[in-house]
Amino acid sequence: MMGGIDRRTIGRWALTGTAALTLFYILMPLISVTWLSFYAQEIPSFPPQGYSLRWYASIVGNERFVSGLLLSVQLGVSATAIGLAVGVPAALCLSRFRFPGREALNNLLLLPLMVPGVVLGTALYVFHVEAEIATGGEFQILGSTVGLLSGHVLVVIPWVVRLVLASLAGFDRTLEEAAHNLGADRWTTFRRITLPGILPGVVAGAMFGFVASFGNLEMSLFLVGPGRTTLPIAILQYLEWKIDPSIAAVSVVQIVLIGAAMLMTDRFVKISRVV
Amino acid sequence: MARLVLNQLSKRYGDFFAARDVTLDVADGEFLVLLGPSGCGKTTTLRMIAGFVEPTSGTVRLGDTDVTRLPAWKRNTGLVFQNYALFPHLTVAQNVAFGLEMRKVAKPEADKRVAEALELVRLGHLGERLPRQLSGGQQQRVALARALVFRPDVLLLDEPLSNLDAKLRQEVRVEIRKLQQSLNLTTVMVTHDQEEALTMADRLVVMSEGAVRQVGTQRDLYERPADRFVAGFVGRSSFLQGALEAPQRFRTAGGIAVACNADLAPGAATMALRPERVIVGPSELTEVDNGFPGEVEFVSYLGGLIDLHIRLSPQDLVIAQIPNREDGFMPEVGDKVHVGWTTASAAVFAGAGSAADSDELQPD
Ligand SMILES: Nc1ncnc2c1ncn2[C@@H]1O[C@H](COP(=O)(O)OP(=O)(O)OP(=O)(O)O)[C@@H](O)[C@H]1O
Ligand SMILES: [Mg+2]
Repeated sequence: MMGGIDRRTIGRWALTGTAALTLFYILMPLISVTWLSFYAQEIPSFPPQGYSLRWYASIVGNERFVSGLLLSVQLGVSATAIGLAVGVPAALCLSRFRFPGREALNNLLLLPLMVPGVVLGTALYVFHVEAEIATGGEFQILGSTVGLLSGHVLVVIPWVVRLVLASLAGFDRTLEEAAHNLGADRWTTFRRITLPGILPGVVAGAMFGFVASFGNLEMSLFLVGPGRTTLPIAILQYLEWKIDPSIAAVSVVQIVLIGAAMLMTDRFVKISRVV
Repeated sequence: MARLVLNQLSKRYGDFFAARDVTLDVADGEFLVLLGPSGCGKTTTLRMIAGFVEPTSGTVRLGDTDVTRLPAWKRNTGLVFQNYALFPHLTVAQNVAFGLEMRKVAKPEADKRVAEALELVRLGHLGERLPRQLSGGQQQRVALARALVFRPDVLLLDEPLSNLDAKLRQEVRVEIRKLQQSLNLTTVMVTHDQEEALTMADRLVVMSEGAVRQVGTQRDLYERPADRFVAGFVGRSSFLQGALEAPQRFRTAGGIAVACNADLAPGAATMALRPERVIVGPSELTEVDNGFPGEVEFVSYLGGLIDLHIRLSPQDLVIAQIPNREDGFMPEVGDKVHVGWTTASAAVFAGAGSAADSDELQPD
C-alpha cells in the first residue's frame, strides 16, 4: 500500500522533472541569446562587464541587416499571399474530388516540406539556369526577385495545404448544403460558410508558411542575386567576419517578430489543435 | 406555397436503384410523410426535391415550374436537416436572416421577418446567441425558422425530430403540425417513426426498396393495406401462410380452413391479422366466424395491454393483443385457449411470404 503511493509519487516527480528539463533545454538558447544581446562588451565572455542597448542600435545602423529584414518580410508576405491563393483551392480540390493522380498530387504538394533546403535550392538553381538558356537568356531569372519569390512560394504551399486539409476534415459539409438550400450559389457559399469554417487552418497555414519563408536560409542561398540578401543570409555573412552581440540582437528581433505572429495566430486558433 | 409533383422519379447508383419511379402529387398545403424502413430511399427522394441529388430520370415540378435541372440554390425549398446544419459562426438571427439576405430582401424588412419567424418558434429572445449556446430542441426550432422565413414553396423535413428526446419529440411534433396548418405549408417529411408519421401527416407514403408501395391516409393504410409489406409495416400484423382455395376459403400451411373475404384468384396466399382484432377466450368463441383452439406459447406483459403468441398448429402462429383488465382473463404460457376473428378483419394477399417476412411475427 505505502509502496504503491511511493511509486506514484516518484512517477509524478519523474514526469515533472523530465518536463522541466525539456522546457529548460528548449528555452536555454532563447534565454542566453537574449541575455547576450544586452552585453556591453564586444567579445562575448562570462561574466558580462555591463549591459547596454548598443547592439540594438548597431543593427539599426547596419544597412545589410535592415535591408535584409525588409526583403525577408516582403518575401514572406508575398510568398504567403501567393501560397494561400494556390494552396487553399488545392486543398479544397484534394479533399472534395476523387480523380486519378489525387494521391500523387497530394504527395507532390507536401514534398517541399520533406526535401532538404539545400537539395531544393540546387534543383531550383539548375532549373533557373536551364530556363534562362531555354528562353535564350532574354529573361533574367537567376537571382531575380521573381525567382527568389517562386522558391519561397514553394516553401509556403505545403504548410497551407496541410493545415487547410486538416481543417476541412473537420468541416461539416451539410453546412454547404444548407447554404445552397437557402439560396447561396457556390461562390457565396464558399465565401460565407466554408471559408469561415476553415479559417483556423487558413490562418495557421499562413502563419507557419510565413515563418518557414522568413527563416529560410539554405534554399535562399542559391536564389539571391548580388546585393540582395535576406535576413538569414545577412546574418550568416556577418558571422563570417566577426562574432559580436549584434548577431544576438538580430536574433532577438527575429524571435520577437515570430513570437508576435504566433500570439496573433493563437487568438484565431489554438495552434496546438491544428498542428 | 405550391403544389409539388414528382413524376417517375428515379435515382440509380450503378445498377442499384435508390429510388425507383417515385410518383407523388402533394397538394398545396398538404403534409405528406414518407415512411419506410432504413435504406428504402426516403432521404434520396427528399434530396432530389431539394436539388442535392440529381435524378437519373423523371421530373420534379414545383408550382408551375419544372425544377428538375435547377441547382439547389435556385429552387425555393426550405429544408430542415437532421443535424440542423446551423451555421456555427453566425448568431441565431443571422442564421435565420441568411435566406432573406440571399434573396436580397432589404434590411428593415428582413429584420422584421426574422423577428417574426423567431417569435413563431418562440425564440424571440435568443436571436443574439450562437447555435452552440442553444439546447437541441432550440436548435431544431431555429432550423425550422430558418427554413420558413423566406416563404419556401415547399418545406422539407428529414427526420427533424430524431435528435430530440422522447418527451420533447412529442411536443415539437404537435408544434410543427400546428405551424404547418396555420401557415398552410406544403410539407414533405421523412421519418421511420410510425407514431410520428401517423400523428402528423395528412397522407402517408410507404416506401420500400426505392419504390412507393402505397399512398393514403392513416386509415387507408391501416384498414386497407395494398400489400403484405404495408400490412406488416404500418401497425403490426401476424401472418398465416397458405393458399386461397376459393374466394371465401383460405387454408393455412397447417391445414386449417379459415373463412375469409378475398377477391383474388385461388393460389398461394398470405393472410394478415391485426393483433388487436384477434379475440381470445377460455372457451369456444361464438361471436366470430372463425374460431380455433390453440396453445399460448409466449406472453408479453405491456402494462395496459398483453401480447399473446398463440399456436394453432405446428405451422401456424397468431399474435393477439388483449386489454389487461382487473376482472379479465390472463392466460399463461402453455394454457389452452380459443382464438377467433371476423372475416372482415383479415386481409389476404396473393403469394407466399418470403423468409425475411417471418421477422414480422416477432413482437417489436
Ligand atoms: N451516394 C450513394 N451511392 C451509392 N448508394 C447510395 C448513395 N446514397 C444512397 N445510397 C443508397 O440508396 C439507398 C437509399 O438511401 P436513403 O438514404 O435514401 O435511405 P433512407 O430511406 O433515407 O434510409 P434511412 O431511414 O436509414 O435514413 C440506400 O441503400 C443507400 O445505401
Ligand atoms: Mg434517411
